[in-house]
Amino acid sequence: MVRFENVGLRYGLGPEILRDLSFQIPAHSFQFLTGPSGAGKTSLLRLLFLSLRPTRGLVTLFGHDISLLGKDEIADLRKRIGIVLQDFRLLDHMTTYENVALPFRVMGRDESSYRREVIDLLKWVGLGERMDALPPILSGGEKQRAAIARAVIARPHLLLADEPTGNVDPTLGRRLLRLFIELNKSGTAVIIATHDITLMDQYDARRMVLHQGRLHIYE
Amino acid sequence: MNRSGDDHGALMDLGHDTPQVPAKARNTSPIVPRGSIAGRALVAVVAIMTFLASITTGAVLLISASASEWQSEVASEITIQVRPVPGRDLERDTLAVAEAARAQPGIVEVRPYTKAESAALLEPWLGSGLSLDDLPVPRVIIAHVVPGTTLDVAALRGLVTQAVPSASVDDHRAWIERMRSMTSATVLAGIGILALVIMATIISVSFATRGAMAANRPIVVVLHFVGAGDRYIANRFFRHFLRLGLQGGVIGGGAAMLGFGFSESIAIWFSGTPVGDQFAALLGTFSLRPSGYLVLAAQAVLIAAITAGASRRTLFATLNDIE
Repeated sequence: MVRFENVGLRYGLGPEILRDLSFQIPAHSFQFLTGPSGAGKTSLLRLLFLSLRPTRGLVTLFGHDISLLGKDEIADLRKRIGIVLQDFRLLDHMTTYENVALPFRVMGRDESSYRREVIDLLKWVGLGERMDALPPILSGGEKQRAAIARAVIARPHLLLADEPTGNVDPTLGRRLLRLFIELNKSGTAVIIATHDITLMDQYDARRMVLHQGRLHIYE
Repeated sequence: MNRSGDDHGALMDLGHDTPQVPAKARNTSPIVPRGSIAGRALVAVVAIMTFLASITTGAVLLISASASEWQSEVASEITIQVRPVPGRDLERDTLAVAEAARAQPGIVEVRPYTKAESAALLEPWLGSGLSLDDLPVPRVIIAHVVPGTTLDVAALRGLVTQAVPSASVDDHRAWIERMRSMTSATVLAGIGILALVIMATIISVSFATRGAMAANRPIVVVLHFVGAGDRYIANRFFRHFLRLGLQGGVIGGGAAMLGFGFSESIAIWFSGTPVGDQFAALLGTFSLRPSGYLVLAAQAVLIAAITAGASRRTLFATLNDIE
């Protein structure tokens, strides 16, 4: 599904922050991406989400060499990827329901075909009573769950989550982890970037550790 | 992932009671909020630009119509002068020339000015009580040409000079040429002003679009995250700008049309006064024809379309810079 070969990344003329990354993300797999702050986890997620291009090496995503893709093709590929960012990136003028339904709306689907699905998922993540609330009045944990719901609603082939439990208490963190595990069981490849050793200890999965720009994989 | 039924009981215990499906959970918000685009300022700019463009076009149309009226009036008349020559009877010469002119095909009416009428013509410059016998003042004959026909001026000149060698024919060609030049210059100036107005509109709209895109950058980024292509995003913004452009066009064009309609009424109120007569002499009845109003309406739509087009172009250029 995803293949990196000798990939390097630098910002501008600065030092290379990711070096010689070579790995594969198989379909239906589950992995944690970890490492100290500043190790390049978010940069690697951005490479995987195609919002950054590597400065060297080959990245293949869903069978496409990304260096050959145009903007429209990248937009099409992104429809197959869900992403949860640390800062949630919810749209403040839209209700929780509308934020979560956004991927379907962008696909041009009729609302009647997905309304039930969105409501079910919102209830599932504990936001059933906050569907009409605007993000500015949601708590950090609620925003986190709304962002996760938006990332998974369209059943992506690949889910990227950057510190998805960083703003919630340990109990809710465990529940969200179970959501990702459920999603993975239904066929989505999941990559969770986290510092949280406790979270990683709760599920036996492949660990990708970034250290000083290099990646070490523990199966 | 199956999210229906009881399969998810394990994930339903998030510390909340089972919620009811809210009746309001619907997509009601626009993807790009209207308030996030500096709409009023842009509508005002487009309205002012459309107003200026409409005033320019209307003025050009009025002047062109008046000039063409003057031209047709002047072109339908021929002036023949019979100069007094010692030893010849001016009255007899005038009658002879008038007879000769009547014989020319294409002349519909010939009217020689009498001695008294000639004195009246000179009165503003020489005062009243003038005796033309003391002055070598030529006699004027006005000949009207059949409308729509081309008069053979050379033949008329031949006939007239054969009858009286001191007679000359003036077909006002120099005046008509000057009138044509003046009208062309006015139209060119109007086109120049229109071009400037349209350029200013495009620049203003491009700035407004860039500003709106900068203000809505977080929305653009999220739309990219959920897989929206540039075309989809541009269309969301484009609708706003098209509507704003149309609003501005309708306000500016409508105000200009009202202005022209109102000026017609003012011209009617002032008719008969010296000022009104002066305006009427210069700009005719100061009224736009129905086709003129149609041109103004079409121009307002054109400016709205230019607004939308400029915004679309800027949208795609800006989206290219946002990952």
